[in-house]
Amino acid sequence: MKTILSAALLLLLGACAPTLRATGDLGLVVERADGRLKMVENTHSTTLAEISGLGDLSHASVVYSRDERFAFVFGRDGGLTKIDMLQARIVGRVMQSGNSIGGAISQDGSLVAVANYTPGGVKVFDSDSLELVADIAAIGADGKSSKVVGLEDAPGNIFAFSLYDAGEIWLLDLKDRSSPKVRKFPHIGNQPYDALITEDGRYYMAGLFGEDGIAMLDLWNPDLGVRRILDHYGRGQEALPVYKMPHLEGWAASGNLAFLPAIGRHEVLVVDMTSWREVGRIAVAGQPVFAMLQPGGRRLWVNFAIPDNGKVQVIDVPSLSVLKTIEPGLAVLHLEFTPRGERVWLSARDSDQVTVWDTETITQVAALPASKPSGIFFTARAHRIGL
Amino acid sequence: MKRLLLSTLLPLAFPAWASEPSAQRQQQLSALLDQDCGSCHGMTRKGGLGSPLTMEAMRELGDEALVATILDGRPGTPMPPWKLMLSEADARWLVRRLKGETP
Repeated sequence: MKTILSAALLLLLGACAPTLRATGDLGLVVERADGRLKMVENTHSTTLAEISGLGDLSHASVVYSRDERFAFVFGRDGGLTKIDMLQARIVGRVMQSGNSIGGAISQDGSLVAVANYTPGGVKVFDSDSLELVADIAAIGADGKSSKVVGLEDAPGNIFAFSLYDAGEIWLLDLKDRSSPKVRKFPHIGNQPYDALITEDGRYYMAGLFGEDGIAMLDLWNPDLGVRRILDHYGRGQEALPVYKMPHLEGWAASGNLAFLPAIGRHEVLVVDMTSWREVGRIAVAGQPVFAMLQPGGRRLWVNFAIPDNGKVQVIDVPSLSVLKTIEPGLAVLHLEFTPRGERVWLSARDSDQVTVWDTETITQVAALPASKPSGIFFTARAHRIGL
Repeated sequence: MKRLLLSTLLPLAFPAWASEPSAQRQQQLSALLDQDCGSCHGMTRKGGLGSPLTMEAMRELGDEALVATILDGRPGTPMPPWKLMLSEADARWLVRRLKGETP
């Protein structure tokens, strides 16, 4: 407690005394079981402060304001919490639903949207005041309430999201916040479970759990509707059990290539983004969860579902082969690169620590204690579409 | 006499006790339930992509159905069969834990 206070005090003092503090190398580590965040900085790999009182943080995620001053934390229990990164404290909190799965911040930074499971829908809040701006119930063409997944920010103050139960993609246009407009794309496929938006903000892609393939919407040409790509991407004929749902967030292009965690199989799929076809598969150590390209695109880092979640593999992109397998601790849940990719932070839930690795030599350079750490989120996300 | 009767009858009435997971295994199972089941069902078990596993919800369902769901999964949903990682005794212990019947 004392260390928390002194760290907070240091940050506070920094705001008004000789040492000014910027937020560009700060981040938050989620301590999922304790409803707590650790504020970290990635220049010297240290912990600065702890922030408690955030409720159920299983599967929690974070987005940042465009000035990187504030973080918005989406908790599982429907809590939306605003954190001041300079004062290391909660400055706003609303319980906006019973059960939520993540959110996004609008292109202009003025709106924060949350995807909800119960009751299914999207709520949009003013990012300054956390006042409710829009409340969109996710009633599918089948007339039933649906869980919302894969909520992403798109250019034009648009939020794109998918209806898990109904199999639809919706675009919520908030250019005029007083009259939200919803455009619906029904029948996009069975059980979209997660989605991503490409770095350029052009393509929204939803992975399907209930059938093979990816539903893709070209946001430059929405009138063309949703098309299906990668027909072989999915669980396949045997429908292998999936011990943790893969995440699509790590999608980034290296030249023409993008990489996707296979569903159930011990493979990473290589996709040619000019043709949207699969051009290869890389055998890996388990069922991949995140397949994240290192900034620059030279290497791909992959973590795995239980029972292989003690391993992380580093793949060399030019040769499409596994370069090294590391064991950064038990139950590795997430990884986050420093903005220019010289280091990567890995959270090992069951080892109660976050380790920091040099990405060139693939060696560990630091370890920080954290209680059951899950997501790691650096402020540089503020300036990337879809993060 | 009473004690003798109990000790002979109990294993018959509750066959799962015969293969109770070890204390260490129970600890692993408890962590698995909180953390890994919690990924989909919520750490407070109020549900997520997976359905709620609250004590009230669990007590409405029969042991055999729950054991079967854990071991064989639920086709058509993301719930996978856990029998590659869990024994039947493990699953029975988890069901008792879910129903609030373990210490």
